[in-house]
Amino acid sequence: MLMLTCPYCGIAADETELHGGGEAHITRAGVEASDAEFEEYLFTRANPKGVHFEKWHHSRGCGRWFHAARCTVTMEVFGTYSAQTLQPPDEILAEIERRRPAASGK
Amino acid sequence: MKRRGRYSAFALVREAMRGHTGWQKAWESPLPSRKYDVVIIGAGGHGLATAYFLGKNHQVRNVAVLEKGWLGGGNTGRNTTIIRSNYLQDASAAIYEKARQLYESMSQDLNYNVMFSPRGVMMLAQTHHEARGYQRINNANIVQGVSTEYISPDQVRKLCPIISIDGPRYPVLGALWQSRGGTARHDAVAWAYARACSQMGMHIVEQCEVNAIRTRNGRVVGVDTGKGSIDCDKLAIVVAGHSGVAAEMAGFRLPIESVALQALVSEPIKPCLDIVVMANTVHGYISQSDKGELVIGGGADQYNNYSQRGSFHNVEETVRALVETFPIISRLQMLRQWGGIVDMTGDRSPIISKTPVEHVYINCGWGTGGFKSIPGSGWAMAELVASDQPGILAAPFGLERFGEGRFIDESVAAGVAH
Ligand SMILES: Cc1cc2nc3c(=O)[nH]c(=O)nc-3n(C[C@H](O)[C@H](O)[C@H](O)COP(=O)(O)OP(=O)(O)OC[C@H]3O[C@@H](n4cnc5c(N)ncnc54)[C@H](O)[C@@H]3O)c2cc1C
Ligand SMILES: [Zn+2]
Repeated sequence: MLMLTCPYCGIAADETELHGGGEAHITRAGVEASDAEFEEYLFTRANPKGVHFEKWHHSRGCGRWFHAARCTVTMEVFGTYSAQTLQPPDEILAEIERRRPAASGK
Repeated sequence: MKRRGRYSAFALVREAMRGHTGWQKAWESPLPSRKYDVVIIGAGGHGLATAYFLGKNHQVRNVAVLEKGWLGGGNTGRNTTIIRSNYLQDASAAIYEKARQLYESMSQDLNYNVMFSPRGVMMLAQTHHEARGYQRINNANIVQGVSTEYISPDQVRKLCPIISIDGPRYPVLGALWQSRGGTARHDAVAWAYARACSQMGMHIVEQCEVNAIRTRNGRVVGVDTGKGSIDCDKLAIVVAGHSGVAAEMAGFRLPIESVALQALVSEPIKPCLDIVVMANTVHGYISQSDKGELVIGGGADQYNNYSQRGSFHNVEETVRALVETFPIISRLQMLRQWGGIVDMTGDRSPIISKTPVEHVYINCGWGTGGFKSIPGSGWAMAELVASDQPGILAAPFGLERFGEGRFIDESVAAGVAH
């Protein structure tokens, strides 16, 4: 079973305690956006085979949203971090770089 | 081109008399040539059916189907084989019904026993909302000319005596019943198409992963594979869960996420269930194989996944739901469990489309329910590839629908249904 540590309450939560929210760091298209930008925002996904930055909801715990970096092939978790970020923080990227030299920068 | 013997009762007797020495390989395993008119990536049901109908309907026979693993080893060999066509939206009903009809004659058309068994598919209504939803589908199906009916709890009990009609949590209020739906043998579908394609002189190359897609001036010129570089005039990407990976090779992105869907089978027991039952509110569906095993599936896992393995708690949830609906199965032991990587689109309907790269076509997004559509999808995809224009079946399933907001929204209509 997948386990993720909630960066807010610090609990190592089973996936049954969590709800997946899909890809993270998607920029919300505003009213001035084109149809193509809206399509991108609503539907187009990176869906990588490898490192994935994603949203999780600690729904049966503290109730807050957070982010995780995880490998979609091995299920390895590179770290979890606050949802109040526009990009993965440096220490998460460094951890990915350390464990997956080829996949960094993604 | 080598002519292979036909399968028949006579051939069976003949081979029995001579110690089964005369059977030939069902399909050739050639090394790939340098160039083809059409290269298809992915030898699942949809890729093979596309090749077959390219040859059969459009006389395009200089075709290769490239498969990174073994033939039918993707979702085509991992699904629970439910075939039905009672969808809500016109576009879906059209292509799934076309497919269901083609399944009826597939064994004869391909001279290969795919064990199509139109035993009937029953979708239980266990909430008032679901009951009204199915009545609505039934009404839509009448207009579309798809035969299906909404039946009462009494009829449910007659068709399936082992169901616990009265609950405890979700009593059965009725069901959507398609008597001409059913199951088929999944491997045999892939094998049958492969044999027919091989007979037409097409190349089916297993253990041949496509690692790069080459383009020039926005148009495809070929692919690089584990077995060398291959040129092609047209390229069809038909790789289900790996669609995002292949699209990236060609330089575009898709409205798709890949997740695991699991299935399991029980130990074999005496015949107790001669139809397919789906219980979408509680997330479980079940049928009994000819060997006696109960074939069981449920909802998809919740996160992106390429590992062909799912989470145990999903299995537990599915089994819990089915034990509630079918109390007699509570002591059965489960024999095997597996997962496949399914390609889920934003509106839960498939994509049969041209792409931003000229002469690259994509067929994907069948998600949790594309076994039933294999022949119809191959038919439509072949038409698109051969004429560079979608025909009537494929037209609504273009990629542009996401930008235009013209969804084929079956997820609201059918929930977890496959
Ligand atoms: C557990 C489970 C239960 C299901 N139950 C049902 C059901 O009851 N009814 C129903 O209708 N549907 C069901 N489905 C869905 C159905 O199985 C799929 O929609 C369908 O099989 C998809 O077929 P396909 O040919 O598109 O993909 P696949 O059969 O997955 O074929 C794609 C092929 O592409 C190959 N490939 C990928 N990348 C490359 C590459 N780079 N180079 C070369 N080859 C590549 C793969 O190895 C694979 O063999 C179920 C699926 C699962 C997983
Ligand atoms: Zn928490």
